[in-house]
Amino acid sequence: MALSREQMAQRVAKEMQNGFYVNLGIGIPTLVANYVPDGMDVMLQSENGLLGMGAFPREEELDADMINAGKQTVTAIKGASIFSSAESFGMIRGGHVDLTVLGAFEVDVLGNIASWMIPGKLIKGMGGAMDLVAGADNIIVTMTHASKSGQSKLLKQCSLPLTGAGCIKHVLTDLAYLEIKEEKFWLKETAPGVTVTEIIEKTEGELVVADDVFEMQFM
Amino acid sequence: MKGFDKVTHNYSEALAGLSDNMTVIAGGFGLCGIPEGCIDEIKRMGTTGLTVVSNNCGIDGFGLGKLLEERQIKKMVSSYVGENALFEQQLLAGELEVELTPQGTLAEKMRAGGAGIPAFYTATGYGTPVGEGKESREFKGRQYILEESITGDFAIVKGWKADRYGNVVYRHTAQNFNPLAATAGKITIVEVEEIVEPGELEPAHIHTPSIYVNHVILGSFEKRIEQRTVTED
Repeated sequence: MALSREQMAQRVAKEMQNGFYVNLGIGIPTLVANYVPDGMDVMLQSENGLLGMGAFPREEELDADMINAGKQTVTAIKGASIFSSAESFGMIRGGHVDLTVLGAFEVDVLGNIASWMIPGKLIKGMGGAMDLVAGADNIIVTMTHASKSGQSKLLKQCSLPLTGAGCIKHVLTDLAYLEIKEEKFWLKETAPGVTVTEIIEKTEGELVVADDVFEMQFM
Repeated sequence: MKGFDKVTHNYSEALAGLSDNMTVIAGGFGLCGIPEGCIDEIKRMGTTGLTVVSNNCGIDGFGLGKLLEERQIKKMVSSYVGENALFEQQLLAGELEVELTPQGTLAEKMRAGGAGIPAFYTATGYGTPVGEGKESREFKGRQYILEESITGDFAIVKGWKADRYGNVVYRHTAQNFNPLAATAGKITIVEVEEIVEPGELEPAHIHTPSIYVNHVILGSFEKRIEQRTVTED
């Protein structure tokens, strides 16, 4: 069965390490914060200028001056710091963030990612996504493997305008965990109950099944 | 020192000299830390043909969205403008131009503009529509595009507290683009929740030194929340 959003978030959370500074994009990536393993400490960076983003506030803590990059009200943990947008993107662009998680419309075998614009539909803007993919070394893209009509989103070549070129090496879809290298997708892990055949069928770009491919386990 | 007293008591004095087709740089992220009083004054003045540089364009009916409604904006330079239905309408009707700029590049354009750096190289946007038509260069085996910095005729900024000389501190994430905007305007207006006497702000804790600020004005702010999210416990 395809992974649920929560299961995808749980799988991504396994990539965290103690002491990591992490940037989580909107959507599924935000859920990753709920699955940080017990005993592990990570600090969440919010691109609008907050390092040490906490949970949503209680009613009485609500503060219009404390928001995250998705414009939701949040809190700051003890030991947080707040700074300007130039400082925020300095730490992003300068490669200081240990793990970046964001969504995508398409990825391809060259590691290109398209996530911000669908020509002909409303073009809202890229926000911080282009800086995030340009600045980070350790990026995980979370996305559905194919559209509802079964069209692959893991392509030979992205058809949509790019967010970044040649920058993606790790992809988690609702069907699999894959790596991108040598201009191919490498299938490393399958979602429980999902066959390798189905994954091959839904991957347009060249796919290699890793020798040590295994099925993900969830509690 | 009276010669450094920048306090003004009315917005029209602060924005005197703003005329059609000028460039205004505005601080704020979403509705957080937006210069509400300056926006209302620009609306009242009816200045048109403005190029507005700001991360977002408010929402329909609030923030910079007010200037959009009055058709005062000819061009927006922003990283994300998805929250205004009116924005899309004006864009499709050819009444509004937008230069979508990556958020980090936008922040750095303002910072560099205020700091006398005419252009800088960044990897952000290389190989994407943002990089098209721009010079690029390789450094240590990686490609970067050349982006020019931004300055404006006016910068409108929201601070938390300022002293009478124009030293400013910002509150929480209402800081965002404000310190950068403050440096990049020929004339910078900072509107604040409290004005204090010189010496009351700790020098080493000041976010924007007074040198950048022309006018300080005490404002009153609605501080609307765009997405009210609370923890259910």
